[in-house]
Amino acid sequence: MKVSPKVSIFLSVILLMLLSACNNSSQPNTNSNGQQPIKFGVSLSLTGDSSADGQATKQGYEVWQDYVNSHGGLLGRQVQMDIIDDGTKTEQAHTNYEKLISIDHVNFVVGPFNDPFTVTGAEVAARHGYAFLEGIGTSPSTFKQGLKNLFAVSLSATAYLSSFDNFLLSQPAQIRPKTVAYVTSDDPFTQPQIDTAKAKLENGGIKTVFYKVFPAETTDYNPIAQQLIASNPDVVVIGSVGLSDSAPFLQYFKQQHFNPKLIIATAGPDQGQAFIKAMNGATDGLLVPNDGWFPSVKNYQNDAFIPAYLKKYGGAPGDIASDSVQSFSTGQVLAQAITQAKSLDNAAVMNVLRTGTFQSLQGPVKFAADGQNSIATPFLFQWQNVSQQQNGKTVTAQTLIPVYPPQQAQANVEYPKPKWS
Amino acid sequence: MRVFVSLRLVRRGGTVVLILEAVVLGILSGGVYALMASGLTLVFGVMEIINIAQGIFVIAGAYVSYALQQQFHLDLFVGLLITMPVMFLFGLGVEWLFIRRIKRDRVTLSILVTYAVALVIEGVLGYIFTTDLVQLHAWYVDASVQIGNFYLPYVYLFAFALSVVLLTGLYLLLYRTPFGRSLRASMQNRTAAALLGINVSRVQAITFGLGVALAAAGGMAYGATNTFNPSSSYDLISRLLVIIVLGGMGSFWGALIGSVLMLVIGDVTAVLWSPVWSSTAFFALLVVLLMFRPQGLLGWSEGRRQ
Repeated sequence: MKVSPKVSIFLSVILLMLLSACNNSSQPNTNSNGQQPIKFGVSLSLTGDSSADGQATKQGYEVWQDYVNSHGGLLGRQVQMDIIDDGTKTEQAHTNYEKLISIDHVNFVVGPFNDPFTVTGAEVAARHGYAFLEGIGTSPSTFKQGLKNLFAVSLSATAYLSSFDNFLLSQPAQIRPKTVAYVTSDDPFTQPQIDTAKAKLENGGIKTVFYKVFPAETTDYNPIAQQLIASNPDVVVIGSVGLSDSAPFLQYFKQQHFNPKLIIATAGPDQGQAFIKAMNGATDGLLVPNDGWFPSVKNYQNDAFIPAYLKKYGGAPGDIASDSVQSFSTGQVLAQAITQAKSLDNAAVMNVLRTGTFQSLQGPVKFAADGQNSIATPFLFQWQNVSQQQNGKTVTAQTLIPVYPPQQAQANVEYPKPKWS
Repeated sequence: MRVFVSLRLVRRGGTVVLILEAVVLGILSGGVYALMASGLTLVFGVMEIINIAQGIFVIAGAYVSYALQQQFHLDLFVGLLITMPVMFLFGLGVEWLFIRRIKRDRVTLSILVTYAVALVIEGVLGYIFTTDLVQLHAWYVDASVQIGNFYLPYVYLFAFALSVVLLTGLYLLLYRTPFGRSLRASMQNRTAAALLGINVSRVQAITFGLGVALAAAGGMAYGATNTFNPSSSYDLISRLLVIIVLGGMGSFWGALIGSVLMLVIGDVTAVLWSPVWSSTAFFALLVVLLMFRPQGLLGWSEGRRQ
């Protein structure tokens, strides 16, 4: 059978269209009272390098949409998320937000995954007079852009490791670690966390024996990990953006039988079952900072969020990614602002956002002039073996639990961490 | 003077050891990349197409290994006895369905067609396995052999051994069998080979299948040493293309040398200087090399002569 090149290309185009159809996730909502739904637009990295985080962010927005619609809607109208894939390309995110506002005429736009995308989206929104609520872009560089329409509902990056710093500095002198090794991605969300922690710990007398920045696109972490091990630190702080860069370091430490007193990674260990799978169960004692949410926290609408999420996506509460929580929180705060403003006018909603105090899954929210959440509180989490009663039997499983500050802790910090098994 | 030199050596001892470790890891990892790149360069040499889908074939191979391990608890290396034939057949299918149809502007059109194929496979893998990052696990992934103060993970040794075995097998196939002669004849001149009675279409299909099977084996090794998800293929294909450009498009030995050079230069730069400059150092060297040898280390003509 002979087929011309044109037919071959045609087949390829058809396949591409099929793929696009697979990725298209927008779901039009029906409206109970005949009014058009209130549209919320967002550009997300559903494919490409940040697709895992993008998908988790999408889940949070979709659960929020379902929750609002099943509870009477907003201002008496249904809500509809209009989600477009940016393929983890900022220029595509720019195009997407332009399209959402200028062509699709969404009522509001909300934030994507990661800081550069947040700045891009907020700039487009600012040109059109739109508010830009978001939960994931919280690096100092994002807040230095002078964007008056930017409102970040989550904890700022520079404050992420403050509970960890406080824990180390609160230890009695005889057991307090003497040295720390830092390795961090040059990601604008991650590096400021590490640099802030490093300055604070050095001021507290804990010496830095290794500090190295690696490009976000690094794939071979072994030589960096080997250098870090050679510095023989008491504590290791990994500035990671997710599983892709935290798991290789941790895996290599395990292979090298390297057992510092504590290891913390800024992202990755918070990804529940995915982290356990990536580490093949070797998670005991690993630490991760937390921006204010965990499954059993008594925060606003958490008792509704978890069942709604599990009903839609399955799994266990501990599997819910922080991205999903952050995007749900974004929806929560925006909904409160719209309700208080009694309007879909972005200017009116922004006035409410600038003066009000709001509640979210991650705790209370109040915006500073630069858009940061000025009253968010971080927690420190650790993977520990936790025993629970299930069907009359005691089951022990690796669980990520809050361990600091003490008033929020479910257990003490395992210090030093157990050696690799 | 002698005392000064020896003191300097003692001071630098840590760095020297780190460099040696980086070189060893670079060579071992380079072996795995050679496995993936050899399929790519072979396909280019025989078929004159650039297979942008090679990266996703690697990841697909890793996922087949993952599925066999999760569903049937098969050891990763034993699982290759299933993974490689399955991926070989898959490669034959892709070649028959898409590649064989390209009759004109083969290089340009092959980039478009294989990119489309890669996108579809990425979408299907994302649908089946989700975009969660996973890693292949076995006892040899976590266990290491101690050499001085350094622990060398068994998985790197085993993966390197796999590369040596498969690449030796490929070498024997290319140089010691009638099919290898047909393949090399097709690389030199397809028209002349056809006039001599060689079924060039069949040779091309088998070559493409072999390239995909080798990519799948490399995928298993990659998946055991890295976390991956369907979009990991983008980084892989860019690295594989750089390797075959450095080694010389179409050159089997060039792919080997290019892989090891890329990994070793990157790792040593990270140790000596900074990870930020790893890629820069390698690409600077690549640019300089291409200025003097545009055909790569063992360029086109060399590849054709093999």
